[in-house]
Amino acid sequence: MFRRLRPRVLAVPAALALVCGLAACGTGASDARASRSPGGSGSVTVFAAASLTGTFTELGKAFESANPGTKVTFNFGSSATLAQQIVQGAPADVFAAASPATMKTVADASLAGNPTTFARNELQIAVPADNPAKVDGLADLADPKVKTALCAEQVPCGAAAVKALDAAGLKVTPVTLEQDVKATLTKVELGEVDAALVYRTDVLASGGKVKGIDFPEADKAVNDYPIAALTKAPAGAQAQRFVDLVLSRQGRDVLTRAGFEAP
Amino acid sequence: MTTTAARPSRPQERGPAGRLPWVLVLPAVIGMAFLVLPLAGLLLRAPWSTLAGRLAEPRVLEALRLSLVTATVATLACLLFGVPLAWLLARAAFPGLRVVRALVTVPLVLPPVVGGVALLLVFGRRGLAGQWLEAAFGVSLPFTTAGVVAAEAFVAMPFLVISVEGALRAADLRFEEAAATLGASRWTIFRRVTLPLVAPGVAAGTVLCWARALGEFGATITFAGNFPGRTQTMPLAVYLALETEPEAAIVLSLVLLAVSVIILAGLRDRWVSGP
Amino acid sequence: MTLQARLVVTRPRFRLDVTLEVAAGQVVALLGPNGAGKSTALRALAGLTALSEGHITLDGRPLHTLPPERRPIGMVFQDYLLFPHMSALDNVAFGPRCHGASTAEARGTAADWLRRVGLAEHVGTRPRQLSGGQAQRVALARALAVGPRLLLLDEPLAALDAHTRLEIRSRLRRHLADFDGATVLVTHDPLDAMVLADMLVVVEDGAVVQRGTPAEVARRPRTDYVARLVGLNLYRGVAAGRKVKVGETLLSVTESLEGPAFVAFAPSAVALYRTRPDGSPRNLWQARVEGVERHGDSVRVHLDGPITAFADVTPAAVADLGLPPGQRIWAAVKATETHAYPA
Repeated sequence: MFRRLRPRVLAVPAALALVCGLAACGTGASDARASRSPGGSGSVTVFAAASLTGTFTELGKAFESANPGTKVTFNFGSSATLAQQIVQGAPADVFAAASPATMKTVADASLAGNPTTFARNELQIAVPADNPAKVDGLADLADPKVKTALCAEQVPCGAAAVKALDAAGLKVTPVTLEQDVKATLTKVELGEVDAALVYRTDVLASGGKVKGIDFPEADKAVNDYPIAALTKAPAGAQAQRFVDLVLSRQGRDVLTRAGFEAP
Repeated sequence: MTTTAARPSRPQERGPAGRLPWVLVLPAVIGMAFLVLPLAGLLLRAPWSTLAGRLAEPRVLEALRLSLVTATVATLACLLFGVPLAWLLARAAFPGLRVVRALVTVPLVLPPVVGGVALLLVFGRRGLAGQWLEAAFGVSLPFTTAGVVAAEAFVAMPFLVISVEGALRAADLRFEEAAATLGASRWTIFRRVTLPLVAPGVAAGTVLCWARALGEFGATITFAGNFPGRTQTMPLAVYLALETEPEAAIVLSLVLLAVSVIILAGLRDRWVSGP
Repeated sequence: MTLQARLVVTRPRFRLDVTLEVAAGQVVALLGPNGAGKSTALRALAGLTALSEGHITLDGRPLHTLPPERRPIGMVFQDYLLFPHMSALDNVAFGPRCHGASTAEARGTAADWLRRVGLAEHVGTRPRQLSGGQAQRVALARALAVGPRLLLLDEPLAALDAHTRLEIRSRLRRHLADFDGATVLVTHDPLDAMVLADMLVVVEDGAVVQRGTPAEVARRPRTDYVARLVGLNLYRGVAAGRKVKVGETLLSVTESLEGPAFVAFAPSAVALYRTRPDGSPRNLWQARVEGVERHGDSVRVHLDGPITAFADVTPAAVADLGLPPGQRIWAAVKATETHAYPA
C-alpha cells in the first residue's frame, strides 16, 4: 500500500520546491514587511527604486525631523516589482521609479497622480579598482577577451546600456545579463568581470571598490527617475509633502552628492 | 412488512480508517488549500490565448532545455557526492560530527543569493579555489553552464543528504551485520544491502533535490549570471519576464511546473517496480 | 577441539566472561535467561562485538584478530534478517558470491541448499512472502551455503509458533547432525537446548554456572534457574551421610555424601496432607500454601515454609484438600524420590 502511494506523494514536495524556488525571486528583491502600512496619518510609506536606497534614507530622516511624529517607511526594490506590488494593492503613499516605463505601469492603473522627473542617472563603465583588462573606453568592451557584465534588457539599466552601445555602433557580447544594477556591480567588485555598464551613482556608492570611467555615448542613454504621490495614498497630504521634499533644493543637493543629475 | 422486518440488518462496516477525525481533516484541508490555491491563481491568470505562441519562442525552449539538463546533471552530482556524505553522517563517529551535520544544512537556511556570493568567493575568478582552477586548468565556473550546475547542486544537495541520512538512520543495521557474517566487504554491504534498503529514501531525496535544482534562482543568477542558452534557466527567464511582462512570467512558470510534474509522474512506474 | 574460546566483553554494569570448547560436529547450546549475555557471546564469536579480553581459535588458527567477513562462520539470526530486496535464491547466493564464486556458481550452490532444506519451489520468493518456518530454513541455508567451519544460531526457533516449532526443530536437528563443523546455539528454551545440543553451557549474569550433557544438567541442576527450567525443586545444603541439612530442615536422601551438596526432587514427588501423616520415615515438613496454578494436567501448588517448594497434585486432590492461600499443610517427599549430589 505504501509502495503504491509513494510516487504520488513525492510529486507534491517536488511541486512545492518548485514554487518555493519561484517565490524566492519575488521576495528576493523586496522586503514584504516594509510594504505593510504602519497605519494612521503619522506615517508615510515610500516605494523606491533600489538605486535610491542611500539618498532616500537620508531624505526620510530629514522629513521625519521636519515633521515630528511622522514616520517614513521605505520599501526599496526593483522598480518593476514595486510597480506590480502597487498595482496589486500594496498600501504605498509615494512611488519613486528608476524608469518612466515602470511609472507608466502605475499611472496606467490610474494610481499615480502626477509623475515628475526628479533626477537623472547616467551610465559609467565600472571596472575593478586595479582595472585588470586595462579598459579605458566603451570600444574596449567589444573585445572578446574583456569579460563584460550588462544589466538584462528588461531592467532600466540594461535598456540604457543597449541604447548607449547602439549609439556607439558597438556590438558587445556580455558573459552575463544581470537582473539588476546592484548584481552587475557586485560582479565587478568581486573581479568576476573586467567591466560593466552601471549608473554613475552606483560607482560612487561602492566607495572606491570599483573605478568609474566616463564615455561620451552616455549622454544618449540618460535614465529619468519619476516620482509621484499615489492617488490612493493612505497618508493623504503627507505623501505630497514627501514628494515636495525630494523636488526641493535640499532634495536635489542630496541627490547630486550621490551622483545623480538634475533633470 | 414482515419480510423487511425479518431481514437481519447488517451493520455498516466502518473500520477505524473509515472515520477520519475532523481535528486532522480540517487542518489538512486548510493546508492543502494554502498550497494549491496559489497554483490555481497562476492558472486563472494565465493568458491562455497567447500560450501556444509564447511556448514556441526559441528562448523559452532554450531555457527549458537548459533547466532540465542542468537540474538533472546537478542531481546526478548530488547523488554521487551526497549519498556517501549522508552515509558518513549517519554511520561515522568522529569529533565535530554535529558541527559537520549543521554545516551541511547551511544551504537550506542561507538565502540562495548569499550562497551564490559564497560560491563566487570560492570558485570565482579571484576565489580561493577558482584562482587555482583557472591557473592550472584554464577552467572558470562563473558564467558557464557548469556554473549553473554547481549553483543548483550547492542549494539542492542538502535535500538529498537529509533524506538519505534519515533513511540510513532508520535502516536496520543488523542486515549489514548479517551481510558481514556472510563474507561481504564494507563496499559490497553498502552496494548490495544498505543502498537497496534505503532506496525509497534515496528516491525521495532525489526527487526533492531535482525539484529544488529545477526551481533554483538566487544562487544561479548570482554565481552563473544570466545569459540565454548558456546560463539562463527557466526561473531566471521567469524573473526577468516579471520585470516587463508579468503574463509571460506566468506562462513560463506554468511550463516549468507542467514539465516537472509530467517528468515526476512519468518516473513513478520506475520507482514502483524498483528494488 | 575445533573451537576454543574465552570471551570477555566488559560493559558498564555488565561483564561477560565465558570459556567455550566445541569439537567438530558437536552442538553446544548456550542456555540462560534474557540478559545473561548469551547473545553477546555469540556476537563476539562472529566478530560483531569486540572482545575486551580473551581469544578465539578455530581449527588452531586465531579468529579474534579477523573482521566478521573474514571469519569462516555462518550465522542464523533470531529474526533471520533475510535481505528483503532479494529473492530466497539470491539471499542464499549472497554468501558464495562474496566468497568469490561467479553468479552462476553461487546460484547453483544456493539452489542446491534450498533443495536440501526442502524449499526448491521457493527460489524466486521474496522473504516477506515466506512463512516463518520457510524463512528460518532459508536463513539456515544462507548460513550453510558459505561452507562455514563454525555455525552460530541465535534463538533459531524463538520466532516460530508452537506448531511450526516442533517441525522445524526436528528438521534443524537433522541438518545439525549433517554439519561437520562446530555449532554454537543460543537459546532460552530448555527443550530446544535439550533436543538440539550435545552439550549445554548455562550462562547467568555473564558467567558460566553449569556445563554438561543435557541429561546431566537436567538431572543435577546447580542453580535455581536451571532447576526451574528442568522443573525440579532444588536445595543447597551440607551433607553428612545420608542426610542433607538445608537451612533448619534435615532431608533424608539415598546417596551418601559429605560436605556441600545439592538435593533435587520433582514437584510430582511431593505429597500433601491436611493432617500429619503416619507411616514410613520420610521427609516431612509443615508448609503454608502461597498459591495454586494450573500446570498441564495437574495443579502446581506453591509452598512456603522452612523450605520453599512446588508440589504437583491432581485437581481431585485440590478439591479434597481445599487449598486456599495461607492454609497450613503437611508436605512429604520419600527419600527414594530425591537426588543428592555434591555442590
